[in-house]
Amino acid sequence: MGGTTDLAELTGAELADALAAGETTSVEATRACLDRIEALDGTLGSFLHVDAEGALAAAAEADERRSAASPASPLDGVPVAVKDLLCTVGQPTTAGSRILEGWVPPYDATVVTRLRRAGLPILGKTNLDEFAMGSSTEHSAYGPTRNPWDTERTPGGSGGGSAAAVAARLAPLAIGTDTGGSIRQPGALTGTVGVKPTYGGVSRYGIVAMASSLDQAGPVTRTVLDAALLHEVIGGHDPLDSTSIDAPVPPVVEAARRGDVAGLRIGVVKELGGEGFQSGVQARFEESVQLLTEAGATVVEVSCPSFAHALAAYYLVMPSEVSSNLARFDAMRYGLRVFPEGVDDPSAEQVMAATRDAGFGDEVKRRIILGTYALSSGYYDAYYGSAQKVRALVARDFGRAFEQADVLVSPTAPTTAFRMGEKLDDPLAMYLQDVATIPANLAGVPGLSLPAGLAEDGLPVGVQFLAPLQADDRLYNAAAALERLLLEKWGGPLLAPSATEEVSA
Amino acid sequence: MSVEITRDDVAHLAGLARIQLDDDELDRLGQELPKIIESVATVSQALEGAGEVEPMSHPTPLRNVFREDVVHECLTPEAALAGAPASEEQRFMVPKILGEE
Repeated sequence: MGGTTDLAELTGAELADALAAGETTSVEATRACLDRIEALDGTLGSFLHVDAEGALAAAAEADERRSAASPASPLDGVPVAVKDLLCTVGQPTTAGSRILEGWVPPYDATVVTRLRRAGLPILGKTNLDEFAMGSSTEHSAYGPTRNPWDTERTPGGSGGGSAAAVAARLAPLAIGTDTGGSIRQPGALTGTVGVKPTYGGVSRYGIVAMASSLDQAGPVTRTVLDAALLHEVIGGHDPLDSTSIDAPVPPVVEAARRGDVAGLRIGVVKELGGEGFQSGVQARFEESVQLLTEAGATVVEVSCPSFAHALAAYYLVMPSEVSSNLARFDAMRYGLRVFPEGVDDPSAEQVMAATRDAGFGDEVKRRIILGTYALSSGYYDAYYGSAQKVRALVARDFGRAFEQADVLVSPTAPTTAFRMGEKLDDPLAMYLQDVATIPANLAGVPGLSLPAGLAEDGLPVGVQFLAPLQADDRLYNAAAALERLLLEKWGGPLLAPSATEEVSA
Repeated sequence: MSVEITRDDVAHLAGLARIQLDDDELDRLGQELPKIIESVATVSQALEGAGEVEPMSHPTPLRNVFREDVVHECLTPEAALAGAPASEEQRFMVPKILGEE
């Protein structure tokens, strides 16, 4: 094990400290990550594109700022991986779809602009289910990502690439997006930390839109503090996103450093657990609640009856927005253009239909058609209209629960990592993976998933915290407390085995 | 609640969505869609006894967002056209849009 490998093992905060102390350089740390990507990612498939040259150039600039004692941010020089749903100048942005193969955007997403401005070298773009539609990263047009805990299993999705890269220490930090759980569920399945900030807390500008009223970008890391540090870099008002919240970022870093649950009221959501949840998942969850109780939290049970219908409402609202958002892929201005076979002088409409058939994968087509159906006249009120009302009930349930509790807690996902292919032919079984994460997206409230230990199958389990709108700091406070208690219990962090190194050799 | 969606319905929806599905895809979606729709149709039952509920389109209250009408940097024509499948004279070149049969 060389010195550079050790650097890849550091958390973002540890690396930032080492850079500030002049003990290492960003170039060395970035190279350590690139070496690890080179060694392991042939097996894992977590990156769709690696930008070694760009990352090393950004790292060299960070080192100059550090030596001049004028770092651009606390994370200046700490490398980051970015989900391939965010636009990046100079790097392809495919959204995991053939329809955008090779497309290089002419502008950066605001999140990317902020990463660059804060001095974080961007290692590359991470794999995802096509257009972020899926819960296993098997729906990527460029091949699946594998779970570093067991390469026969999926890392969850849609952000399986970011989660696997961080779990395998290919990157200390990554960016994900979460429309129904795509940051938190992969976090649970790979033993990493994932945060979906309050809707509007992080700009959506330059992020390929899936369901605009649900999409939210957020941090993917190995520790709660790292997530908070990254959250602070990417969060805050952006005039380029009209739904961006015009208010300061909640004090997330301070909360992550505090981690004190004494006197905190924690609500266990009755409807998110028990039946349908794997026994090992339920057991780790209950132990986490017990630890929080011992640390002085008051645990109450809260009931959110409409959560039982959140999944159904989500699978109407989301595809409806998808069918509208993905209309932009029309083969006219950018992306793939395919001409229909056997048609002389085809019309724009025929080219559009042929391109969308060739460029979109099965799950994307399924959701577009479903959304087209739900929005059809005659069905609109029964489906989309009703779903919007259920959405209001979900938000109301959250409001009532937060009168009784400061934060809510539940298992993040109903199971541990499942085998590749296991749910691929059963869309409904796949959709159930997001049963506990979806309510937060419908209501817009923030959520965080934290590793809670291993289940009976030796695979990681996630525990999820939920907080009221714009109270993201509460997530970090509660999660930091639980993280500390768990680390004391385990005697160290929960890390995915590095055994994949042998596999790739 | 059982849902009737025929293969022809799927073909019609695909036409509306401008996706030229092949026969296999139509067959498969014709099987899958009714099951998915049946499972999400429970939303209407969820509302029984809930009284008047205002539909929610968005998690946070939407308001108009204004800015000063000032000129600022934007994409050059070259950058805007860089990803186009075809372009000519600083314009997107598209297949014929008139004279369809």
